[in-house]
Amino acid sequence: MIHHDVVIVGGGLAGLRAAVGLCDRHDVALVSKVHPIRSHSIAAQGGINAALGNNPDARDDTWEKHTFDTIKGSDYLADQDAVEIMCKEAINVVYEMDHWGCPFSRFPDGTICQRPFGGAGFPRTCYSADLTGHVLLNTLYERAVAKGVRVYAEYVAVALAAEDGTCHGVVLIDQVRGTIIPVLAKATLFATGGYGRVYFHSTNALINNGSGIGMAYAAGVPMKDMEFVQFHPTTLLGTNILMTEACRGEGGYLINNKGERFMERYVPKAMELAPRDIVSRSIQTEIETGNAFENEQGLYVHLDLRHLGERMILERLPGIRRISIDFAGVDPVREPIPIMPCQHYSMGGIDTNTRGETTLKAFYAAGECACVSVHGGNRLGGNSLLDTIVFGKICAASIDEFLREQRRAPVEGVVARKKEEMEIKIRKLSDSGNESPFRVLDDLRKTMDECVGIFRTEGELEAGLERVLAIRERYRRVKVSSSALHMNYELIGALELESMIDVGHAITLGALLRRESRGAHFRRDYTKRNDQDWLKHTLVTRGAGGEPFVSYRPPVITRYQPMERVY
Amino acid sequence: MTDDIYTFKVLRYDAKEPEKEAAFSSYRVRVIPGLTVLTVLLRIRDELDGTLAFRSSCRAATCGSCAMVINGKPGLACRTQVAPFESRTIVLEPLPNFEIIRDLVVDMAPFWNMYERISPYLIRHSPAPEKEIIQSPEDRKRIDQFVNCILCACCYGACEVMRREPDYVGPAAFAKLQRFMLDSRDERPDRFLESVNNGQGLWGCDTLLRCIDACPKEVRPTDAIVGLRKSLVKYRIKRAFGMDGHED
Ligand SMILES: Cc1cc2nc3c(=O)[nH]c(=O)nc-3n(C[C@H](O)[C@H](O)[C@H](O)COP(=O)(O)OP(=O)(O)OC[C@H]3O[C@@H](n4cnc5c(N)ncnc54)[C@H](O)[C@@H]3O)c2cc1C
Repeated sequence: MIHHDVVIVGGGLAGLRAAVGLCDRHDVALVSKVHPIRSHSIAAQGGINAALGNNPDARDDTWEKHTFDTIKGSDYLADQDAVEIMCKEAINVVYEMDHWGCPFSRFPDGTICQRPFGGAGFPRTCYSADLTGHVLLNTLYERAVAKGVRVYAEYVAVALAAEDGTCHGVVLIDQVRGTIIPVLAKATLFATGGYGRVYFHSTNALINNGSGIGMAYAAGVPMKDMEFVQFHPTTLLGTNILMTEACRGEGGYLINNKGERFMERYVPKAMELAPRDIVSRSIQTEIETGNAFENEQGLYVHLDLRHLGERMILERLPGIRRISIDFAGVDPVREPIPIMPCQHYSMGGIDTNTRGETTLKAFYAAGECACVSVHGGNRLGGNSLLDTIVFGKICAASIDEFLREQRRAPVEGVVARKKEEMEIKIRKLSDSGNESPFRVLDDLRKTMDECVGIFRTEGELEAGLERVLAIRERYRRVKVSSSALHMNYELIGALELESMIDVGHAITLGALLRRESRGAHFRRDYTKRNDQDWLKHTLVTRGAGGEPFVSYRPPVITRYQPMERVY
Repeated sequence: MTDDIYTFKVLRYDAKEPEKEAAFSSYRVRVIPGLTVLTVLLRIRDELDGTLAFRSSCRAATCGSCAMVINGKPGLACRTQVAPFESRTIVLEPLPNFEIIRDLVVDMAPFWNMYERISPYLIRHSPAPEKEIIQSPEDRKRIDQFVNCILCACCYGACEVMRREPDYVGPAAFAKLQRFMLDSRDERPDRFLESVNNGQGLWGCDTLLRCIDACPKEVRPTDAIVGLRKSLVKYRIKRAFGMDGHED
C-alpha cells in the first residue's frame, strides 16, 4: 500500500495548480490516467477571463463587472459568493501564470492581450493566439517539474475508498506495470475533468468521460446541476473539433443557407457574441427550419472568417486555420467553415462548497468535474480555465488547513477492502457476460444526443430515462476480452462505463424533473424561467439500493437579485 | 466498393511476454473519406480486437498522445487521413528509439528525462512585479514556434542521432530550452548552456533535419539547436575575454 499526505487525481489545470500549491509543505502524489501534458486542458483555445483592463476598450473594467456578467450568464443559478471569489482572484492568478512564464499574447504596450468573448460587457479574455489551454497547461506542468511534484502518469483511479463519511484514499490501476494499487491518503482531491463523452457528439477528448464524478457519486457524494450541459455553437462538422468562440470574438459571422447573418433575428444587439446557450439554440433552430446546408456528414451552417483577412487569421487564429485545413479540407482564409453545435462543457459535477470541500470528509473536488457553482445554468466562455486555476489554488489552501488540524489518520483496512472489491469486479468483467462494452456505450451516447440535447421535451426525456435504465441493465452483462491490467484500454473503458451510465442517468433525471428553461437547459414544453419554483440547484445522491435520490438547494444570492436575462 | 477496403497491419508486441516476438496483426476496414488513422484504430479496438493497445486522447492534434510510425513515417494518427494514401495497406508501428510497452505504446520515460534535464521552466531572480512582466509583441513573437511544441516525440522517433546515442538530449528538449533562452522574461545565465556543451548535447545534432520533417506542428528544432550553438559560442568568446559579467 502506498502512503501519501495528499493524493490528487487529475493532471489538468485544476490538479496541477493544487499540486503546485501543496507540494512545498506536504507529501503530494499527482495521479493521471494520461501524462499530465495530454490532459484535455491542453485543447482550450480562446482564453481565460480576468478584469485586467488592458484592452483600450476596457479600461474601466472591474472584477465586480466580471462577477455580474458571470451571474447573469449563469441565468442566476450560480452561487454569487463563489462567483465573487473567482472573479476577484482571477486577476491574481493570471498575473501569477505570467510570472511563471505563461506566454500570453501581448498588446503593443507589452501587457497581456485581451479579446471580447460572448456574454461579457468588456473585452477581458486573456489569450495566447488560439492556444491558451496549451500555454497554461505547459506552464503549470513546468512549475510542477520545477518543484519536483511526484507524478503517477498513466495510473487510473478506479474507486474512492470511503467509510463513515470520510475518505481514506483511492484504488489505482498502474497501466504500465499492470498492477492494482491501494493508496492511503489523509486528503484526496479529484480534478478529473468533464464528462463530454457521455454524448455522441462532443468537443471533448476521448478520455473525458466523467469517471471521477461517477466514483464520487458511488462513494456517496451528490452530483449537482447535472442537467446543465453546455452545447457549443461552433464545432467542426464531422469531427466536432472546437472552433473557438474567439472566431466570433475576433469578428466572425454565422451565415445560413440563404446567406443571412441569422443572429440578427435572434439577438440583434449582441449578434454572434450572445452567450453560448442562446447562439446554439439559434443555430439549431436554423437547422430545424430548413435554413441549413447539408452534405453527407450532416446539417450545418457557416462560420465565416474571410472578411477578417489573412493576416488577422494567421496571427490570432492560426490553430483554427490548421484544424480546418487538416480535418475538413477547408482554408478559412478562402472558404467559410462548416459548423454545428454539440456538447462541450459540464456545468454540473461533484457538489462542493467555495472551499472545494464535499459532503465526504477529506475529499475535495476542483475544475470541470466539480460544481461549486460558479457557472450555474450556463458558463461564459473563458470562465472555465479560470475556474480550474482559481479553485485548484483554493483547494490547495483548504487541504493545507485541513492537514494541519487533522487528528484522525486514514485507515488501511478501508482502502484494502476497496481494492479487493475492485479485483472481484475486474474478474467478473472478464469472466462472463455477452455484451460488448462498446455497444452499450454507443447506445448511451446516442440516447443522450437524441433525448437530452439542446431542446428538450417531457416525452423525449421520459424515453431517454427508460433507455438509460435499460442500458444500466445491459451493463451487468458486459464482458471484456482480457483481464490483463497493463495497457488494457478496453477493460478501463468498461470500468469507466459504469460511471458514465450514472452520469447520463443524473443528467436525464435532472432535466426531466426541471420544468422550466434556464441557461443551457431548454424545455420546449416550459419555455420560461421560473424562479418561483426552480431557482434552486439539483442534487442527485445515490440511495442505499443504488437508485438516485433527488433533492434541491437554493443558490447563494449576495448582491444581484435575479432579473430577466436579455442581451 | 471493394476499393474502400483497407488492410491495417499493426505491429504487436507485449513487454510482459518477451518470449513472443513482435508480429503484425492485420485488420480489414472499410474507409470513407475524412476518416483518420486514429478513427480506424479506435474502431478496430471497439469492434474487432479489444486487446489492441495505443494511446489517444484529444483526437485534434493538440495533446500529442498518438505519435506512431504510419507507413514508414512518424506522425500523429489523429491528424493523418487514410484516404490520400496511394496504397490500400497501412502499416502502423510504434515510434522508434523507444522501448515498446505494448503494441503501439512506447515507454516515454527517456523523453521526459531529457525534457527535465534542460530545466524546462521560466527562471527569474528579479522580484515579481505587481502586474504582468512587460514583454513586447516582438519579443513574444520570437518564441512562437517553440511554444507550439506539443511534446509528442515524433522528432525523437525520427532522429538519427537518437538511434545511436540514446543519451542525446534530442530535438524537443532543445526546442523547449530555446523557448526559454529566447523569452525576454527568462533570466537564466548564458552559462546554463555549458550543461549541454558536449557530444550528447548541442554538438550531437547532425543537422539532417529529420525532426523538422517529422514535426506535426511546424516547429523547427534544428533552428533551436543552431541558435543555441551560436549563443554558446558567443558566451564562450565573451568569457574568454572576461566580459560575461558573471563570477563563476
Ligand atoms: C476544445 C475545448 C476548448 C476549450 N476552450 C476553453 C477556453 O478557451 N476557455 C475556457 O475558459 N475554457 C475552455 N474550455 C473548457 C476548459 O478547457 C476545461 O473546462 C478545463 O480545461 C478543464 O480542466 P480540468 O483540470 O478540470 O480537467 P482536464 O484538463 O480535463 O483534466 C482532467 C485530468 O483528470 C485525469 N483523470 C480523469 N479521470 C481519471 C481517472 N479515473 N484516473 C486518473 N486520472 C483521471 C486526466 O488524465 C486529466 O489529467 C475548453 C474545452 C474544450 C473541450
